[in-house]
Amino acid sequence: MNLLALQEITKVFGGLIAVNDLSFAVEAGSIVGLIGPNGAGKTTVFNCITGNYTPERGRIFFDGEPITGLKPHRVVELGIARTFQSIRLFGRLSVLENTLAGRHCRMKAGLFACMLHTPGQRREEKAAVARCMEELRFVGLADRCNEAAGGLSYGNQRLLEIARALASDPRLLILDEPAGGMNDQETADLVEIIRAIRQRGITVLLIEHDMRLVMQICEKLVVLEHGALIAEGAPEAMRRHPAVIEAYLGAEDEKW
Amino acid sequence: MKRMPLYLALGALLCVLPLVCNAYWLDVCVMIGLYALLALSLNVILGQAGIFHMGHAAFFAVGAYVTAILNTLCQWPIFCTMPLAGAAAALFALLVARPIIHLRGDYLLIVTIGIVEIVRIALINDIFGLTGGSNGIFGISRPRLFGFRIVKSAHFYYLVWGMVGASLLLFYGLWRSRFGRALNCIKEDDIAAEGCGVNVTRYKLLAFVLGAFWAGMAGTVYAAKMTTIAPESFNFMESVIIFAVVILSGGSQLGVLVSAFLFIGLPEVLREFSNARMLIFGLAMMIMMIWRPQGLLPPGPRHYAGPSDGLPPAAPRAGNQATEAGRSA
Ligand SMILES: Nc1ncnc2c1ncn2[C@@H]1O[C@H](COP(=O)(O)OP(=O)(O)O)[C@@H](O)[C@H]1O
Ligand SMILES: [Mg+2]
Repeated sequence: MNLLALQEITKVFGGLIAVNDLSFAVEAGSIVGLIGPNGAGKTTVFNCITGNYTPERGRIFFDGEPITGLKPHRVVELGIARTFQSIRLFGRLSVLENTLAGRHCRMKAGLFACMLHTPGQRREEKAAVARCMEELRFVGLADRCNEAAGGLSYGNQRLLEIARALASDPRLLILDEPAGGMNDQETADLVEIIRAIRQRGITVLLIEHDMRLVMQICEKLVVLEHGALIAEGAPEAMRRHPAVIEAYLGAEDEKW
Repeated sequence: MKRMPLYLALGALLCVLPLVCNAYWLDVCVMIGLYALLALSLNVILGQAGIFHMGHAAFFAVGAYVTAILNTLCQWPIFCTMPLAGAAAALFALLVARPIIHLRGDYLLIVTIGIVEIVRIALINDIFGLTGGSNGIFGISRPRLFGFRIVKSAHFYYLVWGMVGASLLLFYGLWRSRFGRALNCIKEDDIAAEGCGVNVTRYKLLAFVLGAFWAGMAGTVYAAKMTTIAPESFNFMESVIIFAVVILSGGSQLGVLVSAFLFIGLPEVLREFSNARMLIFGLAMMIMMIWRPQGLLPPGPRHYAGPSDGLPPAAPRAGNQATEAGRSA
């Protein structure tokens, strides 16, 4: 069954067609990689899914429901959580508070309950803290919970973004270059974490430049060039696909 | 809470102050309390959510005029008008903020300045024939609390500072909750906040509505204290002062109190130096901004039960043990 389906998505910036008539689907429970040279439109596709952009044409379905044009916070409520390519943490808030921000949409306390700290509000808050500590333990940042997020290393900031996304109980997690700026050891850890996320029943869609990582964990690859789909299928098949090889020719930093 | 002893000391000092102050200084303290009330409510919008709103005097004016009109025309008791004054200011805030809430930083600032001017000019033009034009409204009666008539400066002093105390508690609760965190996230990065599930527009509007409700209630107290109100009491300068009190404070509630004392009290203390008074005040502000650009007292970290009192026991996490060791190295 498809958890996410894009149908003929087109997104235009001024005169530039960033995404061109793109259709693909993500099967529930799988790990899918979205790849392509720099500027191919991968991040733009993500922003269309998460509601940051509204595509000019086409429709997006999540679990059979149309989500095109919804506001980002609604998309998160429905069960799609994301991380950002350019890390967007709340730098002056603590690591725990960043994770709690992801939990926000699953909490209910209203204005008055918050001002008065009603018993229900306190119970909810306690449960949220416990849950967020679990997510921090999951990515290995529990012992840093009281530090300011802005002080973490690059790699740890990426992990914190994942913890924040997981705290919102997503069914689909989309990661924009999660290994960007990570060293080999950190990337190896990340592979384990992404696999563990799938073990929890969460579907993963990721953009990644580290081809070793992509080949290791993805069951399916979707390859973009100039905003259009040029191939999709199993990683092994993609590696030998003439159009894909063509697209990557001259891009020396992309090691297969 | 590390600042608790400071609050207790300040509270005790404020309780005994009327015993040693003359009427003049008590009146100054009432004004300080009123500004503290206004600045605490603006702090939710400006300090916590980072929304550059320089029009708080408009909401203050709406509250004061609603009280004045209901009291003089309909003979409503002052305290009965208070919730209505708050609600009217909140409704007004909702109406004017809705179309501009997506604006950022300086753009929003300019529009909110416009709001103060529009309100002031509307009041001068005797809008709906109710506001008395540039003369304003006089003959507002004194409030009554359970049969006790609030007339003297000392009475108003306790009323205002009682309200400040209650506001401190309620806004502290807000700051410690998901609501306060959501506002802080919006201040840090509103796109990230929206992207991790915070309804940014809704929370910004709620901050506006709540802040305006408080400013409206402060307007009630002001109208009752003055018994006469006029449009000139709610001009742009008032907005700037409330704004400056919050900026100087650094964003914490204790900071707001200290900052209100400095802003309203210091010029009075310096009155002896008559001509040089504003100069000294201006210099003090400049030195402040150079030495402590982050403000007097930024808010401290929030404390959470659990992680703060001793770390939770190390539990196995995802991935294998080798990677765990790799990270702690
Ligand atoms: N907000 C925007 N406004 C204008 N052009 C944009 C915007 N976002 C992306 N683009 C352009 O769209 C194209 C695709 O960008 P992007 O999706 O970031 O590529 P990728 O993530 O694959 O590297 C690029 O040419 C980029 O310059
Ligand atoms: Mg990108």
